[in-house]
Amino acid sequence: MNRTNQPGLRRRELGAALSFDLSRPGRVGCSLPPCDVPPSELPPPGCLRDELILPELSQLDVVRYFTRLSQLNFGVDTGFYPLGSCTMKYNPKLHEDVAGLPGFAGPHPLQPPETVQGALALMYELQGLLAEVTGLDEVSLTPAAGAQGELAGILMARAYQQARGDPRRRVLVPDSAHGTNPATAAMSGCQVVSVASDGQGNTDLTALAQALQEGDVAALMLTLPSTLGLFEPNIVRIAGMVHEAGALLYGDGANLNALLGQVKLGDLGFDVVHLNLHKTFSTPHGGGGPGCGPIAVRAHLAPFLPDPHVRHDEQSGRYVLARPERSIGRLGAFHGNFGVMVRAYAYLRSMGAEGLRQVSEQAVLNANYLLARLRDAYRLPYDRRCMHEVVFSGSRQKARGVRTLDVAKRLIDYGFHPPTIYFPLIVDEALMIEPTESESKETLDAFCEAMLAIAREAEEDPELVRSAPHEAPLRRLDEATAARRPVLRWRREEAGRA
Amino acid sequence: MSHPYIPATEEDRRAMLEAIGVSSVDELFADIPAEHRNPTLDLPPPLSEPELLRELGAMAGRNRPAAQMPCFLGAGAYRHFIPSVVGQLVSRGEFLTAYTPYQAEVSQGTLQTVFEFQSLVCELTGMDVANAGMYDGASALAEACLMAASITGRERIGLLSTVHPRYVDVVRTYAGGRGLAVDLMEPDAVARLGDHACLAFQQPNFFGYLEDADVLSWAAHDSGALLIAAVDPVSLGLLRPPTDYGADIAVAEGQPLGVPLSYGGPYVGLFACRGEYLRQMPGRLVGRTQDAEGRSGYVMTLQTREQHIRRERSTSNICTSQQLVALAVTVCLCTLGKQGLRRVAELCYHKAHYAASEIARLPGYSLPLEGVFFKEFVVRCPLPTAEVNRGLLERGIIGGLDVSDRIENGMLLCVTEMSTREEIDALVQALGENL
Amino acid sequence: MPSPSELRYSKEHEWVRVEDGVGTIGITDYAQDQLGDIVYLDLPEEGAAIKQFEKLGEIESVKAVSDLFAPIGGEVAEINQEAVDSPELVNQEPYGRGWLLKMRLSDESAVEGLLSAQEYDELVAAERAEEAAGP
Repeated sequence: MNRTNQPGLRRRELGAALSFDLSRPGRVGCSLPPCDVPPSELPPPGCLRDELILPELSQLDVVRYFTRLSQLNFGVDTGFYPLGSCTMKYNPKLHEDVAGLPGFAGPHPLQPPETVQGALALMYELQGLLAEVTGLDEVSLTPAAGAQGELAGILMARAYQQARGDPRRRVLVPDSAHGTNPATAAMSGCQVVSVASDGQGNTDLTALAQALQEGDVAALMLTLPSTLGLFEPNIVRIAGMVHEAGALLYGDGANLNALLGQVKLGDLGFDVVHLNLHKTFSTPHGGGGPGCGPIAVRAHLAPFLPDPHVRHDEQSGRYVLARPERSIGRLGAFHGNFGVMVRAYAYLRSMGAEGLRQVSEQAVLNANYLLARLRDAYRLPYDRRCMHEVVFSGSRQKARGVRTLDVAKRLIDYGFHPPTIYFPLIVDEALMIEPTESESKETLDAFCEAMLAIAREAEEDPELVRSAPHEAPLRRLDEATAARRPVLRWRREEAGRA
Repeated sequence: MSHPYIPATEEDRRAMLEAIGVSSVDELFADIPAEHRNPTLDLPPPLSEPELLRELGAMAGRNRPAAQMPCFLGAGAYRHFIPSVVGQLVSRGEFLTAYTPYQAEVSQGTLQTVFEFQSLVCELTGMDVANAGMYDGASALAEACLMAASITGRERIGLLSTVHPRYVDVVRTYAGGRGLAVDLMEPDAVARLGDHACLAFQQPNFFGYLEDADVLSWAAHDSGALLIAAVDPVSLGLLRPPTDYGADIAVAEGQPLGVPLSYGGPYVGLFACRGEYLRQMPGRLVGRTQDAEGRSGYVMTLQTREQHIRRERSTSNICTSQQLVALAVTVCLCTLGKQGLRRVAELCYHKAHYAASEIARLPGYSLPLEGVFFKEFVVRCPLPTAEVNRGLLERGIIGGLDVSDRIENGMLLCVTEMSTREEIDALVQALGENL
Repeated sequence: MPSPSELRYSKEHEWVRVEDGVGTIGITDYAQDQLGDIVYLDLPEEGAAIKQFEKLGEIESVKAVSDLFAPIGGEVAEINQEAVDSPELVNQEPYGRGWLLKMRLSDESAVEGLLSAQEYDELVAAERAEEAAGP
């Protein structure tokens, strides 16, 4: 069994302690200067708090505690992490150094623009680079994540249509869509209408025509390639149908890694697209963020972009933050996750056009390689070429009493992070694998060997798979009790019970 | 030639193509309409690592970062002390390059730190439950208002006029999406509260002063509205927590706790509420449970509130949030600890009050607002604020926010534990010389 | 194992037992198996009036939320607090201690519109076959 990918992961000590448990009264973690001004009278006692309970740890305690916790984690830095539609590619260390430069890490968001021309120039150029990549006209960097980008996009679509005296209230979403799509539509005050996929994994054109026919459609939200990892061959026709109905075509750009330099979403007819810098553009995932979800739009939608937008005055050469004329408003107090933008900008400057093409080519090649090697052992719901990710179904194994969940947990024993499971919803026992271009052939082969071994185990020793993982810091966790009787915080009264 | 980030060699590609059964990679893109394939991509030529460092270093060099100058600018982002351990621990690859902890058995690092974060936010705010974090303080406030609307079934949001104007704007954007109305009201006019889902206020308020929270609490609850407090987390080292005055939901911007200014982001929103509202909370939640061998561990829980399960009926569309930033807050709070946070709060308080009293003694300057303030306050200048700030900048000092649209010649100044007495005296002197 | 013959079933996988004008309602064994570990019940209050086939609440498992529909109409008389406190009962005894609520029926004859145990078992068999087929 290949266990090369798990340095440091080891069985957890019984009764894992929290910082509160390690705390001892009187310990301090850092030193602070004495007060160098005459003290003032404190506010009246009614304003002050009685008690503050926070951990008291020495600095070494803090370092050991978090260092050892980190060793219980799996990251791209430690091993293959093929989560579908998450694009777990290598996060270049160079970008960390760049983002940490005092000139980037130090400015206050409200500093006078003349003191931050370097930062504004970076944002302006990034806007332009992303417009070029998507083939659209204007870009806003303010959304903090893909979901916030989606919210901005749909609000903009509605505002645009409202301004034309043609308000619309329905948003069409494929049945294979990521949950943020319908959630966003609801947050934008729209009714969500699901559009079926056909037997080839494409949008069912008849279903789409029907939904458009019923009228009042603000937008169709499409992920391209889809969450099945498949490209819509009819995309241009779909764009035509949507536009003819007076609706907008929204692109969820989560899967852009398949398309970099191969095709521009704007050329295919998309009006609004959001990107995920923490996926396609290599910024680190951080355990769940921060991300950055810029939106790219056609010129006629630009006035509605979120506040603010970076503008460049040709005459003075100065960069400024400006509120678009008919902006949908602010999404955050400032102008987005600048630290994430710096990393994405560095990535684009490192790769150039040819580099981006290599990325998508290799990403698609790697995924198709996995498809070819695994298709005999696992059922392939759609028998066609995939793009940057491949979706299998664990239904064959289910017939032996081994579910996709079990396969995933058993992969952990082989030293791999499991792929995405049970998404998209339209595939039974779905297993969504996105290798990315960062992985070597040796890694892909090792992964395939593990998957094939597990398929054999499902036939010969299903219980071994069902009781996995055996080699992780913890065995399978009781999620049912966690939801039935939630314990969501440390409490002093319960201290001592691990 | 191989790219450092793309390991496949020619030989690898050949072997893979053969296994797939195609002769070129091009065939794998056959589904893309031919007329749109291979567009021109007009991007700058790629830079090698040393070249990139040089070029971006030059770009960074064109900024004068507040973190490295005497800075009295606050208004939602603050120059506070960041202990060195924070950056070091947060940049460990196992934290940095992990994703959302879907597979709990190999993500206990992330999951336990989120549980810590939730616990710390509860201790700070006094609340029963806190989530794993939102994008920032402003969107956290907006989502709190939406949550109140969902709980009460009411469609009007009450907001004090002394809330940060940008936070108000964000609330309007989110509320507009759901078709909710936003009513701004003066602190002394809260009797106007009627059919409102919530009364939301900032404590200390945008100008740095404490609102009369007990009065607001009474007014809100008397009308059946929820009380939402947007607080300064550093101030909670000294001032009473929101539960003391009956807040139902507490939000905050976490940036002051160990997060670099970074020209506006990434930051993190803190979000906590009373236990009875647990199921209406947006965002991720991590809970403690046991594994098959009885060992303690952590998992994401109550996921049925979230978008990936409840989809259009979810509490919010939030997916990726700001986890690494929340980790920075967690490490910072563990490092500062109980004594450290209190100390930082006291230093802010004393230094801000020293600065205010010194400035107030300058001819032409006054403190137009009354009440208790923490680390921010407003001065009225004898000249237009913009002019005063220009003069300060020439002396290498970043002055406070120009609030002359609300208070004539008003400047919102912020003093933290990072402002030395020398810096404060230099500010006072510079202001005095401006005349 | 065949479904209990004394009960009647809806297409949405709820069952009802009618006794003296009162209907006891729950979800079927197939439903609880499909849902997985049930963690939360969202049921209406006593006194609420629900029409036949109207949504009456939600049932949550770890990974899914399912709407509950009234197999028969009436007024809510009693909620099974034991099941609310320990939702795992619905998994363990879906026809016994895992009952969800009791209703005072508005129209007892409406039970004729429901499926018999045999009809329900045929429905389930068809659903299982469809699921196995693909995609």
